[in-house]
Amino acid sequence: MNELAITVIGRDRPGIVADVAEVLAGLGANLTDSTMTRLRGHFAMTLICVGPAAADVEAAFAPLAADGHLLATVRAVTPDGASEPAGEPYVLAVHGADRMGIVAAMTRVLADAGGNVTDLSTRLTGSLYVVVAEVELPPGSSDEVAGRLTRVAAELGVGVSLRPADTDLL
Amino acid sequence: MTGPEYAGLGGWTPAKLGVPGEVRAVVAAPEPVLSRPGPEVDPTSAEVVRLAADLVATMRVSPGCVGLAAPQIGVSAQVFAVDVTGHPKAVTVHGTFVLCNARVVEASRWKAGREGCMSVPDLTGDVKRASRLVVEGVLPGSGEPVRLVTDGFEARALQHEIDHCAGLLFLDQVAGAHAVYQRKVYL
Repeated sequence: MNELAITVIGRDRPGIVADVAEVLAGLGANLTDSTMTRLRGHFAMTLICVGPAAADVEAAFAPLAADGHLLATVRAVTPDGASEPAGEPYVLAVHGADRMGIVAAMTRVLADAGGNVTDLSTRLTGSLYVVVAEVELPPGSSDEVAGRLTRVAAELGVGVSLRPADTDLL
Repeated sequence: MTGPEYAGLGGWTPAKLGVPGEVRAVVAAPEPVLSRPGPEVDPTSAEVVRLAADLVATMRVSPGCVGLAAPQIGVSAQVFAVDVTGHPKAVTVHGTFVLCNARVVEASRWKAGREGCMSVPDLTGDVKRASRLVVEGVLPGSGEPVRLVTDGFEARALQHEIDHCAGLLFLDQVAGAHAVYQRKVYL
């Protein structure tokens, strides 16, 4: 069974999800994990699906991308997917005046500590830049990571907080 | 509006401040004062009494505003005003009040809810807050200590304002990477 990583991005309009999902359904592709969201007027889809060959999906997307408003990429990936959590879940929040390199500097701190970002979103609104990331940290490392994040945040002139993610289950 | 909890404020109203408040400009993130922990204040000082009156005046002219903390008008200090009167989500309501040097002493029954903030006008976020809360602080002017027992929306408002006094925004407390929402639509 082929596993495919697909991205589609383009100027937002009604019907992008329906058009893309219809193409995939028509090819017998089973859409598994996906995120689809609007980013400053562009609609972005990132998805994993299982079924057809990459070349068939690419060919089927061609008419959608023909007007130049949608860009689609299809790539075969190794189906292993679900990995065990590598550590303790935390939520990192950063906010401050927009400037170059905030995400780079903060995620470098996480990476150097062996932390793994599992989800991240950013928002720019006016001059306010906001980063919220979910990260798995090696057990027992959070205090040291928080200290390093605070120092880097101070250099960047932004605020930072690192809190344990709420993992309560109902 | 009434009940044993209301006695927690001993019948305090903003009129007891004895000075008219001025409407002040509300600052927005990324203004650094919003990220700085505010110092404790002397609740009996004339400066703090004026600040309290200004917070109430500014809160009252701001549509939909249920709380305002000193950093939001550019003053780094542990002072805030709250008034959730008439809010549809409020259960216990203590009317309009100002607290100085407030801290949470008991918190339970955590619930997620969507929050906005006058200092972060374009975003909202999902934040888990205690829906049963006990807060201790002192009243501006008299300096009298108070212990406030509250719940629901008023409890949420209090935690949001106490966070402001500690240099924290709701953005620091959001539940995850997809718990921040844009209020504007860019289409």
